[in-house]
Amino acid sequence: MAAIIQIDALSKTYGSGFQALRDVDLSIEEGEILALLGPNGAGKTTLISSICGITRPTSGQIRVGGYDVLADYRAARRLIGLVPQEIVLEPFTKVRDTIAFSRGIFGLPPDPARVEQVLRRLSLWDKKDAMARELSGGMRRRVMIAKALAHDPRVLFLDEPTAGVDVELRRDMWDIVRALKADGVTIILTTHYIEEAEAIADRVGVINGGRILLMEEKARLMRRLGKKTLRMELRAPLPDLPAALTGKGLDLEPGGQALLHSYDANDGVDIAPLLADVTAAGLGLRDVQTRESSLEDIFVDLLKDTA
Amino acid sequence: MNGHAIWTMYRHEMARFNRTLGQSLLSPVLSTSLYFVVFGAALGSRIDEVEGVAYGAFIVPGLVMLSVMTQSISNASFGIYFPKFIGTIYEHLSAPVSFLEIVIGYVGAAATKALIVGLIILGTAFFFVDLTILHPAAMLAFLLLTCISFSLLGFIIGLWAQNFEQLQLVPLLIITPLVFLGGSFYSITMLPPIWQTVSLFNPVVYLISGFRWAFFGQSDIAVGWSLAAIALFTMACVSVVAWIFRTGWRLRD
Repeated sequence: MAAIIQIDALSKTYGSGFQALRDVDLSIEEGEILALLGPNGAGKTTLISSICGITRPTSGQIRVGGYDVLADYRAARRLIGLVPQEIVLEPFTKVRDTIAFSRGIFGLPPDPARVEQVLRRLSLWDKKDAMARELSGGMRRRVMIAKALAHDPRVLFLDEPTAGVDVELRRDMWDIVRALKADGVTIILTTHYIEEAEAIADRVGVINGGRILLMEEKARLMRRLGKKTLRMELRAPLPDLPAALTGKGLDLEPGGQALLHSYDANDGVDIAPLLADVTAAGLGLRDVQTRESSLEDIFVDLLKDTA
Repeated sequence: MNGHAIWTMYRHEMARFNRTLGQSLLSPVLSTSLYFVVFGAALGSRIDEVEGVAYGAFIVPGLVMLSVMTQSISNASFGIYFPKFIGTIYEHLSAPVSFLEIVIGYVGAAATKALIVGLIILGTAFFFVDLTILHPAAMLAFLLLTCISFSLLGFIIGLWAQNFEQLQLVPLLIITPLVFLGGSFYSITMLPPIWQTVSLFNPVVYLISGFRWAFFGQSDIAVGWSLAAIALFTMACVSVVAWIFRTGWRLRD
């Protein structure tokens, strides 16, 4: 698939001397959902701001839909919708007026029918005449998305779209994102929630210290870095691992209550011989559990390795 | 040029003017009426004429200028400061609009509001004094140029300000004294020679003098100097705004 966003050697150093982005190369394909994970101060928002025109890169090049974001900023920005991290709405402006403003400032003529369509899509039509200050937090966040969609962008940036929202609203947001993807909109979201990336992303990127540490298709990432742990809970605790079980990849859990065995989830490992060995060693098993590593484990390991 | 965007920003700003119609119109009309009562009636009874013009009529150009200058600055500075303050400026920065288009939208709206206020005050003046405008086209041109140039100044102040205190600081400490000392309520020829010389360093003197010429055909300073002064002031503001375009000062990191 063709890249809708192409970033080459992008760096950003703020006036304070803080280097927020370091030589970032990134290609984002049209129609995909890319989740950018990273701790606070990793460079996620600076990256988005540089693409959208809010921050000026120190060096490097960004092209959106083939247009350079500096030289052809009008053409590039017309393709982009941005939902910033903070909910920022003029408190005394009506919902439909604020959507119409967003459409107009992108150079499009007034189109009440299109505004109605956007508001209905986000379940905001019955709030069209409400002022922003009269809306709940969830509704206000929807208005922010509606504003970003008012000019029919091909790329939508969602900067931490579900930060601080309840579980129900978060799932609601995910449905909106999936529906937009179905319409062919490319979505780039930054998030702190690994669960979010796991639930909706096609690709996952990890950014820290202004560098992209990893960028991979989510399923492949889970396969590549995913591990399983087999936990065998013993009827009686052991002081040490029996000699008969050494060299079989087993560890004794602190406290001696269980045996642990880690293996690659994708290797087609058969655990039956191992269970037989444990039984043969005269150990009684109370319970057996397996746990697959999540994206969170992968993320934490990755950050630990690069710390 | 992104005409739809300029029109959108202009209409958005004018909508704020309409939402606060009472504050936008009644307040300057009321305060100007009070000026007429206090200066025109109370002082006017002691000062019969200035340069052959009844004192009540003489202060009209100064009063209109006083309101137009303060309105231009406050409308334009608040107009651009507000989206900065609440954070909605992200939309302007990420939209396919140039700084020039943003300036046209915001300064245009602020100048329009100030012009409306100025014309309403002028209309109000006719209720209080006998007034003839000798050069109406020149009067409108002076009024319009003042609205635009002071709105540009207000826009710069709005970009510069990092809090509401700073937003008020320049109008309060610099503009208001300059306007009051700029011959709004007197002719600078009434001052001792030393203060007449000092007054010539006040740019507002040239604006009010030129504007007064448009009404009464006479002024403290030759009208050509007034036109040159307002042109210079406008060019200075345009230069600062052009520098802001290039650098993204106080807008883009």
